[in-house]
Amino acid sequence: MNASSGKSVVILGATSGVARSIARRFGALGYAVGLAGRDREELEILAADVRARCAVACAILPFDATAFETHADFLDQCAQVLGELPGGVVLCFGYMADQALAQKDFEVARRTIDTNLTGAISILERFAAAYEARGNGFIAALTSVAGDRGRKMNYIYGAAKAGLTAYLQGLRNRLHASGVRVTTIKPGFMDTPMTYGMSLPGPLIASPEAAAKAMVDKITRGKDTAYVPFFWRYIMWIIKSIPERQFKKMSV
Amino acid sequence: MSFTVAKQSLSGWGRYKPQECAVYRPERRSELFSLLDSGAPRPFIPRGLGRSYGDAAVNPEGSVIDMTRQNNMIRFDPETGLLECEGGVSLAEILEAFIDRGYFLPVTPGTKFVTVAGAVANDVHGKNHHCDGSFSRFVESMDVWTPARGILTCSDSENSDIFQATVGGAGLTGVILKVRLRLRRVESAYVKVDYQRCNHLDAALETMAASDKNYLYSVAWVDCLASKESLGRSVLMRGNHALASELPSKLSKNPYRLPRRPTLAVPVDFPGFALNRWSIHAFNTLFYATNKDTRAKIVDYDKFFYPLDGILRWNRMYGKKGFIQYQATFPFSERAGLVQMLERLAQAKRASFLVVLKCFGEAGSGMLSYPMPGYTLALDIPNRPGLEEFTRELDRILLDHGGRLYLAKDALTAPETFAAMYPNLDAFREMRRSLDPENVLRSTMSRRLHLDK
Repeated sequence: MNASSGKSVVILGATSGVARSIARRFGALGYAVGLAGRDREELEILAADVRARCAVACAILPFDATAFETHADFLDQCAQVLGELPGGVVLCFGYMADQALAQKDFEVARRTIDTNLTGAISILERFAAAYEARGNGFIAALTSVAGDRGRKMNYIYGAAKAGLTAYLQGLRNRLHASGVRVTTIKPGFMDTPMTYGMSLPGPLIASPEAAAKAMVDKITRGKDTAYVPFFWRYIMWIIKSIPERQFKKMSV
Repeated sequence: MSFTVAKQSLSGWGRYKPQECAVYRPERRSELFSLLDSGAPRPFIPRGLGRSYGDAAVNPEGSVIDMTRQNNMIRFDPETGLLECEGGVSLAEILEAFIDRGYFLPVTPGTKFVTVAGAVANDVHGKNHHCDGSFSRFVESMDVWTPARGILTCSDSENSDIFQATVGGAGLTGVILKVRLRLRRVESAYVKVDYQRCNHLDAALETMAASDKNYLYSVAWVDCLASKESLGRSVLMRGNHALASELPSKLSKNPYRLPRRPTLAVPVDFPGFALNRWSIHAFNTLFYATNKDTRAKIVDYDKFFYPLDGILRWNRMYGKKGFIQYQATFPFSERAGLVQMLERLAQAKRASFLVVLKCFGEAGSGMLSYPMPGYTLALDIPNRPGLEEFTRELDRILLDHGGRLYLAKDALTAPETFAAMYPNLDAFREMRRSLDPENVLRSTMSRRLHLDK
């Protein structure tokens, strides 16, 4: 497999909720796709899908966000299976545990931080260094609207995602001069396993296909920050503008 | 493994009598197998995109398994056009992926928002039935999970009895996991259509009999409110895939590109009175009056095959109480039955617009497959008082003339009526008992029509 003739991307956490739709969307745009994750069997299924559906090259890569020591070799593996270091990376992995559980059990809280924040920094720093040296590339990551304001419902997860959002801001600032683009995606509710079975108002929930289309569009256009669907920008603007002395009494 | 269950009020597309169901939606293949083996409360029924009109994919006891995330494609051979995919892949996805590469669906119903497995389980037909038969004719083989015998590969030659029970089997023989489907090679995304008005049913049927063979696709829209000397007045819409050379120069540069058009949605339930006999009469009269005879009009496939898919959730037009769809087929020798039904419809003024008439070709091999040679008529009937009595009357006309109903549309018929229409029902039940002796697969429909006896 050789991606050097065209565009290529690697998806981290490719079996998660919206990630498979993101992979398909990149494939439809003609990108060679690398799918990275832990569930090898499922990755093979997704890779076959991208190949058949989009007629592009697609390879799988073993990847574990919290196996930090393996991250050093990951870029080499990407280059091996894709023929070169991919043109961009999209970070889709995440871990959201039950808030009450995370409050009781520090191991759960730590896993939340380790996966969403530490793991992200560990792997993205390596891509950042390689892309900075190369002088091009794109880095995108899915954070969360939960990181925009801490709430009692999920503030440990929110803290990790807020950290990731701040990290991406800084990274964007650092890489701007080298021509590497960094995109922060803040998804609202999507119809994925994370929300399945919750009673959420129907019009607020985006299908993974529609959400992925919007995200890939923002990424390929090199946007800095994007809420998906777009109206979450306004929802979060309202939530952020509530004074703290009121907010602390609320249940949102 | 533990699975999230969603409590959902489910019905068919007609939104007729929804029932509270426990719904599981496996994302990964491994999750699906855990659910099938023991995770999902039994009995269960697989469900696709919910476009069958009645109660085929509803099950308030046990659970429902939503298969829409089992939608991976597996391989495609551009030489032969053979696509292997999981059952949850939708026809819309196939079109989106393959029209650019010169492939179209071999058979398509009037909506592309159905899954491949749903198309098999209802053995759907399209406007080309008179030439090509139904969907299952293009299924080379499929893998079906069965409760008693595990995963079986079946086709017209291998495990052919299981294949014949599964096509048109309403999901009651097993869960269709993978399908190998032959796609159709086309030169463009367009259809070259002839529109022709016929002022009476006889003229429409004669024209179809005389010249349907010149068209791969043929269908007639019938004004079912017209009566007496205008009974069955119709607009015939017949066409063939347009060759690239037949496209106007503007389109021939990109023969597979569709024009952009906005997708509309019906945002709320219409009040029940919105569709009344006057508004429908006005619509029908206008439709007939404005469709002048036109030859060789170039129409894109979305507009020709899926006019209603452009309006999402159009079923809300019928209001909260929903509607049913009634599809009846009469053998060619029983034209009198068709006339009698049209007269009854015109008189009752219950049916809505979208009455569609078509001539079926040869029957397929499915035990409960619907199509048989004859005239088929499909119509919407809003849910108003007296609906059941009215459909019983229509059922009677059908039975008297050796006709039959379509499971994908049915919500109301009686078990004896259904049994009288399908001579292979006992063979189906026997096959089903061998694949699912403990009735792991059941639905509201299977209970209503005693399909799982």
